[in-house]
Amino acid sequence: MAFDYDKYIRPGKLPHIWCPGCGHGIVMKGLIRAIDAVGLEKNNTAIVSGIGCASRLPGYMDCCTLHTAHGRAAAFATGVKMARPEMNVILVGGDGDGTAIGGNHFIHACRRNIDMTYIIMNNNIYGMTGGQFSPCTPTGAKASTTPYGNPDPAFDVAKLAIGAGATFVARGTAYHATQIDKLIVEAIQHKGFSVVEILDDCPTTYGRRNKFRSVIEMMNRLKEVAVPVKAAEKMTPEQLEGKILTGVLHKVEKPEYTAEYAKVIERAQAAK
Amino acid sequence: MAKKVAFMQGNEAAAQGALYAGCKFFAGYPITPSTEVAEVMSGELPKVGGKFIQMEDEIGAMAAVIGAALTGKKVLTATSGPGLSLKQESIGYACITEVPCVIINVMRGGPSTGMPTGPSQSDVMCAKWGTHGDHPAICLVPASVQELFEETVRAFNLAEKYRTPVMVMPDEIVGHMRERIVFPEPGELEVINRTQPTVPPEQYKPYDTQFGDVPPLAAFGSGYRFHVTGLNKMADGFPTTKAAIVQAEEERQVRKVEANRADIMKWEEYLVDDAEVVVVAFGSTSRSARFAVNEARKQGIKAGLFRLITFWPFPEERLLEISKKVKAFITPEMNLGMCTGVVKGCIEGNAPVHGIFRVDGEPINPNEILSKMKEVK
Amino acid sequence: MSGRYELRFSGAGGQGLILAGVIMAEAASIYDGKQAVQSQSYGPEARGGASKSEVVISEGPIDYPKATVVDALLALTQEACDKYSHDLKEGGVLLIDSDLVTKAPAGNYNVVSFPIINTAKNEVGREIVANIVALGAMVALTGVVSKESAEKAVLARVPEAFVDLNKKAFQMGYEKAMAAKK
Repeated sequence: MAFDYDKYIRPGKLPHIWCPGCGHGIVMKGLIRAIDAVGLEKNNTAIVSGIGCASRLPGYMDCCTLHTAHGRAAAFATGVKMARPEMNVILVGGDGDGTAIGGNHFIHACRRNIDMTYIIMNNNIYGMTGGQFSPCTPTGAKASTTPYGNPDPAFDVAKLAIGAGATFVARGTAYHATQIDKLIVEAIQHKGFSVVEILDDCPTTYGRRNKFRSVIEMMNRLKEVAVPVKAAEKMTPEQLEGKILTGVLHKVEKPEYTAEYAKVIERAQAAK
Repeated sequence: MAKKVAFMQGNEAAAQGALYAGCKFFAGYPITPSTEVAEVMSGELPKVGGKFIQMEDEIGAMAAVIGAALTGKKVLTATSGPGLSLKQESIGYACITEVPCVIINVMRGGPSTGMPTGPSQSDVMCAKWGTHGDHPAICLVPASVQELFEETVRAFNLAEKYRTPVMVMPDEIVGHMRERIVFPEPGELEVINRTQPTVPPEQYKPYDTQFGDVPPLAAFGSGYRFHVTGLNKMADGFPTTKAAIVQAEEERQVRKVEANRADIMKWEEYLVDDAEVVVVAFGSTSRSARFAVNEARKQGIKAGLFRLITFWPFPEERLLEISKKVKAFITPEMNLGMCTGVVKGCIEGNAPVHGIFRVDGEPINPNEILSKMKEVK
Repeated sequence: MSGRYELRFSGAGGQGLILAGVIMAEAASIYDGKQAVQSQSYGPEARGGASKSEVVISEGPIDYPKATVVDALLALTQEACDKYSHDLKEGGVLLIDSDLVTKAPAGNYNVVSFPIINTAKNEVGREIVANIVALGAMVALTGVVSKESAEKAVLARVPEAFVDLNKKAFQMGYEKAMAAKK
């Protein structure tokens, strides 16, 4: 029997705003399958986003949904999780939202290791505003604000998350659709701050400026650059040149923030 | 039983007021001269099962309290000048999404870093116009430690009653001075809790005006699923660009406060009835003014004090009435004329308004007000 | 400005002057049943700089919380003495540390001086209680709060382990001021 996505989609809220060929819908379907697989209750699940194309995702989901200000998803979500730790809190958003204007909230959510899952859809561009370069746009790439090629170096989102203290970091791509839900399932089940970066595509504002003649070309690029971490172990540095590792990149156990705060409450009440 | 009495600092009393009102969540960021509020909350909240979090910045602190409020909690943040500037983005978000929250802003010199340890009253316009767009504004300006406690309780009540952010703005002097406070017993002051929806979850809409201008706000995690967005929204919380709905919703958001001015506004009139010169003042400056009024009366000058306790909404109607029978107003304030301008704007030119402005980090001395009274009487 | 008694404790940041003012105000407000307001002004420095703590004591309500005409001034540093003595009233009490304030302001003041910091350091045993030595002296010189109330207020503010030290500091300050006054 086909998977029933409608169980998690708000009636009457589709069609979505995303362009044909955009990978965000693939990610949303992966998220829905993951929520279903883990068995999260809709009433007890908050989906929080910032601003941008990817941040429109919560509106389609039949959960407690919070579409916040640009870059602030992690901060709003931290308030939700702290105030009601029994809720499952999932953040979604794009690369500009999460690593530029929201960079500070992102790294501090990682540092606290608060039990939330952050799905960051990295399409290397600010899509909603028409294709300006983001901190994840490759050096040299064309964007509406880099007509002579991008002079900026790009972030490695996964390394940023690991460096900041996230205890679960994974990467997938919009091409590898069936892997997305597996990564998100593992991220949700992980106790602590988990980051899943999904390499995504924006044919409308990135592809057409950077010599991708079709969505298929963009998807093929994702297919070609992705190397599973296991496979990479057997490859030489030369073979790994220009490749991007996918799968679970980092997984460690560390004290989780809301659990640690529960201990603060115990200590305060014992001292009372 | 004798009531609990303490000799306490204003900022500490504000925190105690928040706890009395049932605040269960605080997010903040260290900033002078408001930090004592955070310090007290960090110690007291966990004792009552509440949560305290020090965020990475002021923006994050404002965002976190709104997130927590959406789970049904009463929430507080505290800040000063530069922090208030940073919080404005999410204050606007709380206005449009209609999420109750209280912001204590202890006023210091500005703009920018200004004079961190010096008193000021120059954030009152920021309370109304700080965030972009049309939005409601409630701003309370207490003048004593006791009043700071009580007005903080009232701030929570107004936030919950009208589903909107409320600012409590003591100046640095009121925030940092210490005086005797008599703690109200539980139940002695009114405490308003959030109205819960009466409809089942499948019929619930977060902005359903069939329940009036202030529809009930459900809590995330309580069985009600709904959408919250900073975009212009319709009754069910989803974005819309339909002109008629956007217009109606924007008007309703502002009307919630404007139509209830009488319930929200609070002021004190001291010897105003027969006064020829009325001082309009607030915060610590109103204490200098009362001193000056008493001295003036001893010297035969018919002076009175109109003390603002809410700055927004501003008691325009009452000041207009008073303006018809006085010779002059004096408006001392620790800024360059913010209150003065508002007073001029509402009295239709009935009387001259003489400002006394200080922005040098020094309080306005009663003698400065007294001299002005002699000059204008 | 009748009915008010105004005190100012001044010196450098870190000398505990704000606490000294708070204790004086608590003695008046909580233990003596008067009205009191304490306020302060300080610079960005946690240590050093000029700092002042003001206390207004009255039988009736206190409107203006800051000093208008100072009845009694404590100055623990020359900088504070220079900066904060301008509004000391004629005949007002001026208590200065004789080691650190070498130039008393010109004027008709009731100047009392003794080595406050050194008393704390050498006779009480800890420099950190200089503020309590000064407080004891201010209580003796002004008589605006009772000695018993001030002592109670001091003890209510200090940790158990430091009760004796602070008692000694307060008493020493009180006695030295009484002696110096003569």
